[in-house]
Amino acid sequence: MDALVSQLFAGLSLGSVLLLAALGLALTFGQMGVINMAHGEFMMAGAYTAFVVQGVIADAGVSLLVSLVIGFLVGGLLGLLLEVALISRMYKRPLDTLLVTFGVALVLQQAARDVFGAPNVDVRAPSWLSGAVEILGVGIPKTRLFILALAVLAVVALSLALRYTPLGRRIRATVQNRDLAETSGISTRATDRLTFFLGSGVAGVAGVALTLLGSIGPTLGTNYIVDAFLVVVVGGIGQLKGAVIAAIGLGLLQAGIEYSTTASIAKVLVFVIIVAFLQVRPQGLVSVRTRSLA
Amino acid sequence: MTRLLTTRALAAPAAVALVLALGACGSRTDAGASGDSSASGSTSCVDTSGDSIKIGFLNSLSGTMAISEQTVRDALDLAAEEINAGGGVLGKQLEIVGEDGASEPTVFAEKAEKLIKSDCVAAVFGGWTSSSRKAMLPVFESNDALLFYPVQYEGLEASPNIFYTGATTNQQILPGVEYLKEQGKTKLFLVGSDYVFPRTANKEIVAWAEANGVEIVGEEYAPLGHTDFATIVTKLKGSGADAVFNTLNGDSNVAFFKEYKNVGLTADTLPVVSVSIAEEEVGGIGIENIEGQLTAWNYYQTVESPENEKFVAAFKAKYGDDRVTSDPMEAAYTSLYLWKGMVEKAESFDVADIQEAADGVSFDAPEGTVTVNGDNHHIAKTALIGKIGPDGLIYTEWSSDGPIEPDPFLEGYDWAEGLS
Repeated sequence: MDALVSQLFAGLSLGSVLLLAALGLALTFGQMGVINMAHGEFMMAGAYTAFVVQGVIADAGVSLLVSLVIGFLVGGLLGLLLEVALISRMYKRPLDTLLVTFGVALVLQQAARDVFGAPNVDVRAPSWLSGAVEILGVGIPKTRLFILALAVLAVVALSLALRYTPLGRRIRATVQNRDLAETSGISTRATDRLTFFLGSGVAGVAGVALTLLGSIGPTLGTNYIVDAFLVVVVGGIGQLKGAVIAAIGLGLLQAGIEYSTTASIAKVLVFVIIVAFLQVRPQGLVSVRTRSLA
Repeated sequence: MTRLLTTRALAAPAAVALVLALGACGSRTDAGASGDSSASGSTSCVDTSGDSIKIGFLNSLSGTMAISEQTVRDALDLAAEEINAGGGVLGKQLEIVGEDGASEPTVFAEKAEKLIKSDCVAAVFGGWTSSSRKAMLPVFESNDALLFYPVQYEGLEASPNIFYTGATTNQQILPGVEYLKEQGKTKLFLVGSDYVFPRTANKEIVAWAEANGVEIVGEEYAPLGHTDFATIVTKLKGSGADAVFNTLNGDSNVAFFKEYKNVGLTADTLPVVSVSIAEEEVGGIGIENIEGQLTAWNYYQTVESPENEKFVAAFKAKYGDDRVTSDPMEAAYTSLYLWKGMVEKAESFDVADIQEAADGVSFDAPEGTVTVNGDNHHIAKTALIGKIGPDGLIYTEWSSDGPIEPDPFLEGYDWAEGLS
């Protein structure tokens, strides 16, 4: 019973980490169709933001909260820069985008290495997040609860923004039918830029959150980018809902299989399941009905 | 129909993206090509006529291993500088040819070949991962050249053309588990990264445990770069273990120790002995996450000896006060001095002469006196179990009674029969 509860939670928690990593990608890849290999590096930038902020604000709790905001801006601005400088020149050429952003990822990694040094750096977790709370007789780490809450918050905020704000309506319109949206007077260029800012900003937030769980080094992004793409591909292009279900599902699957086998086997089996799933449903869990000719 | 088209149009590049990303984060483990073996020992082109002698430093200065290997290169440079300032080797100044192994075993093999054949170096110093060493081994054997390898490894290897100045199994892993047994720990949990070193080391530990009445209550491996240790730590908590032996490598340690601390485990309740965490890594893991945990090595920056004081002071003077010294760095530094000792004893830079003279050459290293074993080309070293202090340095908690003779094939242990 204990093992079941703790593994259920481990799966949920892993799912929330995957979700945070994939949420921004669900916007840029899912909504815009841009394959941004530098997405992981925006997370890395967010993590280093937390490190820098902690150098300025000594209190770990305050600095974490401040970092979440600044991390969003740092990730978002990097994304905006990338979109304006490079990606905007190669819409409709997905393979070129892929290679260019992969190059940008390598450049960003090396830049981090030059600025912060090759060894990992440390971000202290605030004292109110240290230790565990008892839930159903199982000790659950507070950091993981925090990340779970953050993921929920991010999803809710993004879906509300997509549903009710003018920007959200413009994004959805552009996704569903770019030509028609343009004809209706929506500046799709401006919408693209904002979407990219938002998606990359969420990556920055994910980076800040991940400092609570993992290492902070130049290659942080590469640890998560594959899983993030998997979540979006399994979830289906164009909808946040799909990413949420996919992330939680994959998290539970990984944790469940890992408990009864080993971490390596679990990774392999999850891949196999994903490949099999995509054979049956290549469009992913949830897909948008669109009449566009793209 | 259009829906399908869209998905397909995106699926192809997405697949490429995944392949690229996988390639970027996975480390390659294939051993790489052996050098073409036309040359034999007699064709050595080492020039000993001038005032200087060339030696090669081959470390990864780029790629994933650069973080560790750069520090080894720094230590090698320091040793070369000191030796040159002291008059060189047999009156000749050392001329360094530096090469970048780029974290790729195949590159290590290529560059080793270049150093031996085109640069005509008298000896090569470097390598870190076991796969890089295994890739270079045939190159050094077929060209009859010398490699000095400075990192602790899994044992079960010996080559006349390689000198191993890091620890082999019976100088690091065994003292680690024996220390735990001495502390009354009888239920060990093994956790490691999923590749050759942890798997071999754990195979040896399991054999040792059977013979020593210690129970192995769990054995878990995480893929390199694994970032989520919730499940492994859950298994660990439920296993009833009273100590953990950790052969995780690299970033995984950070995620592991953060999870370990977050679920409320501490060094007091469930100590972890790690063999891949040195002074360099402690800062990145976060002192607050790992303070009080144990490590097994042969050298710590805090070792008290005049030789170490001099080494640490010289290192900090050259590279900055914030730098720390670690076991592999010290082993690399020592390797250059050992080569010097061998050359001076042989009064020759010739490989065959050095191999003959090697036995018994010793050096008062920062870690203490080390002596070369002429049979297996490893060196006798003292094992030190250390505890990570609040300042991020590691302090010796227990040390073996003097240097332990190297036994890479564990021939002196009955329980190790049948291991390969």
